[in-house]
Amino acid sequence: MIVQTGIQPISVGRRAKDRIIQMLIFLAFALALIPLVSVLWMVVGNGMQRFDLEFLTHSMRDIGARDVGGGAYHAIVGTLEQVLLASLIAIPIGLLTAIYLVEYGNGGRLARTIGFFVDVMTGVPSVVSGLFVLAFWILVLGMPFSGFAGALALSILMMPVVVRSAEEMLRLVPRELREASYALGVPQWRTIVKVVLPTASTGIVTGVMLAVARVAGETAPLLLTVFFTDSINNDPFQGPQMGLPLYVFDQAGRPTDSAIDRAWTGALTLILIVMLLNLVARLIGWWRSPARRRS
Amino acid sequence: MAKQIEVSDLDAYYGSHKAIEGITMTIEPRSVTAFIGPSGCGKSTFLRTLNRMHEVIPGARVEGKVRLEDQDLYGPDVDPVSVRRTIGMVFQRPNPFPTMSIFDNVAAGLRLNGRVSRSEIEGVVEESLKGANLWNEVKDRLHKPGAGLSGGQQQRLCIARAIAVRPEVLLMDEPCSALDPISTLAIEDLIAQLKKDYTIVIVTHNMQQAARVSDRTAFFNLAAQGRPGRLIEMDDTSKIFTNPAEKATEDYIAGRFG
Ligand SMILES: Nc1ncnc2c1ncn2[C@@H]1O[C@H](COP(=O)(O)OP(=O)(O)OP(=O)(O)O)[C@@H](O)[C@H]1O
Ligand SMILES: [Mg+2]
Repeated sequence: MIVQTGIQPISVGRRAKDRIIQMLIFLAFALALIPLVSVLWMVVGNGMQRFDLEFLTHSMRDIGARDVGGGAYHAIVGTLEQVLLASLIAIPIGLLTAIYLVEYGNGGRLARTIGFFVDVMTGVPSVVSGLFVLAFWILVLGMPFSGFAGALALSILMMPVVVRSAEEMLRLVPRELREASYALGVPQWRTIVKVVLPTASTGIVTGVMLAVARVAGETAPLLLTVFFTDSINNDPFQGPQMGLPLYVFDQAGRPTDSAIDRAWTGALTLILIVMLLNLVARLIGWWRSPARRRS
Repeated sequence: MAKQIEVSDLDAYYGSHKAIEGITMTIEPRSVTAFIGPSGCGKSTFLRTLNRMHEVIPGARVEGKVRLEDQDLYGPDVDPVSVRRTIGMVFQRPNPFPTMSIFDNVAAGLRLNGRVSRSEIEGVVEESLKGANLWNEVKDRLHKPGAGLSGGQQQRLCIARAIAVRPEVLLMDEPCSALDPISTLAIEDLIAQLKKDYTIVIVTHNMQQAARVSDRTAFFNLAAQGRPGRLIEMDDTSKIFTNPAEKATEDYIAGRFG
């Protein structure tokens, strides 16, 4: 066989292969989009019917089984409070754990043990975290059903996601940057706060938002911990609360058309809340990033 | 301001691997000392033991003594953070903080070390950038990101950042290895100016550079592959380059190596 040397045009075979692979990748992308788009389509289409002021400002109190009208205000308040509380618990603990694992753990025994248990936590089914809070917080410690109990269950789900995503982002920060800071005589903790965290912040924010989005849609842990209510309860520490996923679950199980409509609108509201949170986080990230100063 | 460094019988390890062994030398104040030697002989390792940067690598440790004037840097109650504040360092690859502007990069050492007034910081930043021959190029864009500079400018930015904290000694690990001849010259000029105030140690693979900028030169070598690096000889640069005491030094400088 003659080995050809010198500069050659791209062969027809390679061109064809390139085309085929490009087509396949595009096809895979389109396939992946189908469920996403159809879910959005359905939710928006069905949810828009009841997406009105009454829905956003009224609860289900005194709404009879066959009545139209009613809203999800109580559930929106509940979800916002529960997710906020869960974030307040899980984000600091998760971030500090990630910082320990990356900056101080040095792959020692404690770090490896923590890493192992974080992995175990990632695999905990959401209903189990609800059961745990029910068994421990409510039954053993005798605390009441409340939005806070729900937030505890959500924070258990949120923590490992925050740890793993923040850990990955921190590991991406090059060693040289830390060394540059140490060489200026900056102590390690200040290096972490002023150099490492800002460098990783965009990625950390994304990871945290994914964690928030994940728990905002959880139904099972709420079912067992916040109990259930049709009335507005603004206090997450006292008495039963509602949550949007729970609301959707509840309404979708009722036999009337007006209830089914409310369920769709509840789902739409949930999606909008998560998207809004995401947008806010990204705006904050963009506002603090050096890219903005560049222009 | 500038201080003398005295090293006696120093060994450095990475885990169980001994990288350098039995190094004893004196580094004179207000002068430039160059370290030369083949790749892997432990020049960077030794340089990093001088400001306790070696030990930030997991598993790395040091045995032996380093004295700065009359202070033992490895004494039991010495804070490594304060050692690094006194002995600054410039790395082989420019590493400006990517999230910070040019101004903030230079101010980083001051700000990260405690409270300093705004006007004081402005003065120090300007002075340090002038000291690093970078002021004229960046004075109109101090608040743009440091990562947007060219490689040579970034390296000078790192030098400005290192001298902004007013160290007594400046360690430079191949500061010009990624730079073009013009930037290299700029940095060599800078070293010549800086030596009036600082004790400077520079690692370089460029013999001409060592000959041009340094007053004293130390030659390091490995006894054999896998053995720890050692100091072969150290003398005035003119002597090392014209009439070294050791055959190995002569061979290395003449390019007849191995
Ligand atoms: N982080 C590290 N972990 C383990 N071993 C290391 C590490 N850094 C360096 N070494 C080893 O220590 C020895 C000395 O390395 P060092 O980087 O000091 O050499 P050098 O003289 O600076 O070489 P060069 O001129 O190529 O920069 C080498 O054998 C190297 O493999
Ligand atoms: Mg080196």
